[in-house]
Amino acid sequence: MKVLGIETSCDETGVALIDSEQGLLAHRLYSQTDLHAIYGGVVPELASRDHIRRLLPLVRAVLDAAGVDGRELDAVAYTGGPGLLGALLTGASVARALAWGWGVPALAVHHLEGHLLAPFLDDAGLEFPFLVLQVSGGHTQLIHARALGDYELVGESIDDAAGEAFDKTAKLLGLGYPGGPALARLAEQGESGVLRLPRPMLDRPGLDMSFSGLKTAVLTALKKQAYRPQDVARAFEEAVTDTLVEKTRRGLEHTGAPTLVVAGGVAANVTLRAGLQAMGRRQGVPVYFPRPEFCTDNGAMIALAGLRRLQAGAPVDRGAPVVAARARWPLAELDAPVPA
Amino acid sequence: MRLIAIETASEQCSAALYLDGTIYALRERAARRHGELILGQIEQLLEAAGVDRSSLDGIAVGRGPGAFTGVRLGLGVAQGIAFALDRPVVPVSTLQALAQQALRGGARPTAVLAGLDARMGEVYWALCPVQGDRVLPASEQVDAPADLRPQWPDGGRFALGSAFAAYPDLAPALGLEASQVDAHALPDAHDVALLAVDAWERGEAVAPEEAQPVYVRDDVARPGPAR
Repeated sequence: MKVLGIETSCDETGVALIDSEQGLLAHRLYSQTDLHAIYGGVVPELASRDHIRRLLPLVRAVLDAAGVDGRELDAVAYTGGPGLLGALLTGASVARALAWGWGVPALAVHHLEGHLLAPFLDDAGLEFPFLVLQVSGGHTQLIHARALGDYELVGESIDDAAGEAFDKTAKLLGLGYPGGPALARLAEQGESGVLRLPRPMLDRPGLDMSFSGLKTAVLTALKKQAYRPQDVARAFEEAVTDTLVEKTRRGLEHTGAPTLVVAGGVAANVTLRAGLQAMGRRQGVPVYFPRPEFCTDNGAMIALAGLRRLQAGAPVDRGAPVVAARARWPLAELDAPVPA
Repeated sequence: MRLIAIETASEQCSAALYLDGTIYALRERAARRHGELILGQIEQLLEAAGVDRSSLDGIAVGRGPGAFTGVRLGLGVAQGIAFALDRPVVPVSTLQALAQQALRGGARPTAVLAGLDARMGEVYWALCPVQGDRVLPASEQVDAPADLRPQWPDGGRFALGSAFAAYPDLAPALGLEASQVDAHALPDAHDVALLAVDAWERGEAVAPEEAQPVYVRDDVARPGPAR
């Protein structure tokens, strides 16, 4: 079974082709980061304009690289939400029309389901159930994944997402947009223990987190002009890592999940990875990360999620095809696919 | 020749089938429901005509200007179908298609002014000269209604489109009588199909990925300090 995956929920255009027997056959990504940098953030209209320029050339490149004719495909999966509505609709219109032209089903995939399944792209050994730490610019969540489509949100950030805190703090340090990766590079040169920032909500029970106070603490520290930027970056990264590691540990305890999956753009952060791996070893829990290129938004995870759902017998549209997307789409609304 | 035409740049969603000289069209006024309707309209047209999608020669599309999301939806659908069927796309100006409607009843003005409400106090417009039973392409602009300066040629004038409904003072300001204006006309896939056949014969069909929206309004964001 061959499934094409299309991701356009924000500022990355991703396309991939997966095969049920041979795995990932080809994938391509176009990142718009440079396009939006001068605006200090993603401009939704510009993101949509770029998606429609990039998408079809990427589809062609993926099919060519895999040596597959479009007519051999069994389905087209695309990100149906959540995300920027205009960007989602651009992908949905092309995906639905491709599927209609080829006469195959199209599947709207939940973006976060794509992220949390991403480690399956590399690790055949991974099995449900597991706990997911989803950390990106838009989300910081602990999700108990019992089976495909059976997800329970057990904890989340009550304010800023961890990735958002990285970007905002990077801005305070004058590192531009998006500054998360630059902040991580700066932190590598910093010294541990020079500055100690608070670990928000660690003193409280429960699995919820908070990151908005951290940037205020960074601002206060910077105003004192007593710390080197690299030491501030280091202190920030350590505070975020400690918080995420401890809340994740509690999440494992709370759910009894035997395995941890870390997903989302911040999962590419080296310090966080090391912290979570060390915790996993202490707890005797294996930790799975997607490879760094599949931590950020990509088409491969969407192709995979579509394939998994089809294999599980997910019903596909039989009526007139509809181009639609949802800017908001709670993960908990997903159901496990029931064969029709 | 067999073409599917798509026009989704305004509050109307429409599709048409050009089948060896005859045009069949479906249309619905359906703000924000274009995505729900467009592929179904196409399926309906093909089924009614007993035409298989694989026997289409190409896909025509109104490539704007108009509502950004609507224009992109039309292009996305046209690109996707054309790519999957390995056929070309014929992009047609939404304003030219709108202007072409003025000739449907047999009227033959010398030029037609097509204007679409562009929101934000502006209108998209083009003044298309008429040649025989077709309107010709013309430059497309976005301006405040007060700044419209159409250079009418001598002869009969006609104007149409939502610009004249959104700005009731616009037609009188341009010296147009009520009988020379249709403020309720909406761009329609019927005219996209008609103009696309001419464009096809002139060799203006392009590869699916080369068919891109024409927004006319391009200053959609200002570079600013980091937020």
